[in-house]
Amino acid sequence: MQTFTSLSGSAAPLMAANVNTDVIIRIERLSDYERDALEPFAFEAWRFTEDGAEDPEFVLNQAQWRGAPILLAGPNFGCGSSREGAVWALNCIGVRAVIAPSFGGIFRNNCYQNGTLPVVLPEETVAAFAEIARAQPDAPFTVDLERCVVVPPNGAPVAFEIDGLRRQGLLKGLDDLGLTAERMPEIAAFQDRDREVRPWVWIDG
Amino acid sequence: MARTLFEKVWREHVIAEIGDGYELIHVDRNLLHDLSGAKALADLERRGLSVHSPDLNFAVPDHGISTAPGRTATSTEISARLAPPFAARSRAAGIRYWDVNDPEQGIVHVIGPELGLTLPGLVITCGDSHTSTHGALGAIAFGVGSTEVAHVLATQTIVQKRPGTLQVRFEGQAGDGVGPKDMILYLMGVIGAGGGDGYALEYGGSAVRALDIEGRLTICNMSIECGAKMGMVAPDDVTFDYLEGRRYAPRGAAFDAAIAHWRSLTSDPGAVFDREVVIDMADIAPQITWGTSPEHVLAVDDRVPDPAAAPDGKRAAWQEALAYMDLTPGTALQDVPVDHVFIGSCTNSRMSDLKAAARIVDGRKVAGGVTAWVVPGSQAVKAEAEAAGLDAVFRAAGFEWREPGCSQCVAANGETVAPGQRTVSTTNRNFEGRQGPRARTHLASPAMAAAAAVTGRITDVRTLEV
Repeated sequence: MQTFTSLSGSAAPLMAANVNTDVIIRIERLSDYERDALEPFAFEAWRFTEDGAEDPEFVLNQAQWRGAPILLAGPNFGCGSSREGAVWALNCIGVRAVIAPSFGGIFRNNCYQNGTLPVVLPEETVAAFAEIARAQPDAPFTVDLERCVVVPPNGAPVAFEIDGLRRQGLLKGLDDLGLTAERMPEIAAFQDRDREVRPWVWIDG
Repeated sequence: MARTLFEKVWREHVIAEIGDGYELIHVDRNLLHDLSGAKALADLERRGLSVHSPDLNFAVPDHGISTAPGRTATSTEISARLAPPFAARSRAAGIRYWDVNDPEQGIVHVIGPELGLTLPGLVITCGDSHTSTHGALGAIAFGVGSTEVAHVLATQTIVQKRPGTLQVRFEGQAGDGVGPKDMILYLMGVIGAGGGDGYALEYGGSAVRALDIEGRLTICNMSIECGAKMGMVAPDDVTFDYLEGRRYAPRGAAFDAAIAHWRSLTSDPGAVFDREVVIDMADIAPQITWGTSPEHVLAVDDRVPDPAAAPDGKRAAWQEALAYMDLTPGTALQDVPVDHVFIGSCTNSRMSDLKAAARIVDGRKVAGGVTAWVVPGSQAVKAEAEAAGLDAVFRAAGFEWREPGCSQCVAANGETVAPGQRTVSTTNRNFEGRQGPRARTHLASPAMAAAAAVTGRITDVRTLEV
């Protein structure tokens, strides 16, 4: 998994609430294309008009935010389906950090499996960032996971909280499989005991 | 110390505390479907890992397969590509695999309970957000991403942060035309699409106790639509009666021992939830969604809302939703014509759902210009419905009677609602494009969907004589 330490770049304001993973990537794209080939399909219903042309109104089509590595988003970003492809699609258009008041729980876990940082900050802070981004679209934001701060252009660092386990995973580039590898003896011990305690759970053969 | 149902089940599964409130949790059942499950098996292979506990994993194709009569595993382009390697990898790993036309095949969240794979007190994962469904039997069941599925396959565990607890009590008696789908849709309107974020839900109250298992499955299914990964109902005699004799449920003395344990799986008197919501059943009329989020829901006798009256911060979302749905504020919802009706999905494709719809359809015809489908949730549901003559009722009215699968709920198999068309659907998501690009979805109960099919417009099921 790719590591996440710190990144600087433009921050695209996509501030609607409840942006769901179906909108981020249509499900059939995930069976038709590999995880690194989703660039044309991220937000496709919003990026393109019915005749297939780019919609100039959509924020990620605007020159200043095309390829922005940071997304500023509304509450409950990534709600809905569990599809991990939503994170892959964001990665394919260059997004590596999303700053929002809250996230869909499965989407957030999927971010941690793909070196992508979900930053939770209060709604008014994200809204203020969006204002700054619109006023100074070329000035970079910095998202620094070592210091756990977001630094807006010409502004003071704003601290964010992240669970230590998730922070370490991102800094070291370890997904959950990387974290659990050393626990196999404990898992075996649990299962041996559980076969005695809850025999009805175990289906043999 | 008084504990909640969720806390009791969770504690039984903790293998290790790994810091910051995260725990390594044993997974008792991992269910694989043809999209995320197939991907996870391929991912595992790529990583050079093997399946840790194949006996606790179960695989079935449902998302990508055709639901057309006469279908095979390779009838759709997607399933032709996904199903054969999914079957091969599952079988090679020693995982039980049900092929498309196996008598036990069906939507993964329908067959789990039906086969007795889903039991009280289990932890169940699947790479599908509607895994919350299985909580209806008193399990902790939640959707995970495909890398997390690979983690479960390789270790039979999952790394999770313990969620908070939210108790939802439905108190009182259901009014005319009001069923479990109306209850859960109404809750979405009350707490919103993010209202359950970070919580495990426990549904209770007299109206939930009064429900059969199928009704409880419908309610738990949509927990994720308010942001809660899991929702559960404490097991009781209704649960134990449902499970007795099912294929994978314990039998004889083992069943008795299990029940003795399962009876302890209730929230203790005095157990403290992080949040509580109480709903008076008298407030719930038959529900229908009007927008593009499950929280955009109203009583069917209401009118399309005016964004000017939207709560703070929601005006733009309401405007966009109405533009997408092509609806004008103030229009009576019942004046809205429909092109399509879909009865199916892991929310509402079980026998009780089909019976409720058939009761409305019986002796009537699908309105001119409306395409109406019934997609039973499993081969077992289909067979039972056919034995009861329900297929004949639907067919006589002009419905298509199809094969089990997810079909138009997620439209992954090419079975879409055409652009600009409007459907009343018994599914769980009215998101933009969910049922096909630019398709317009109104979520409702099976009876409400049936009512729309026979009148050709959104209809209050209470106005139709049965």
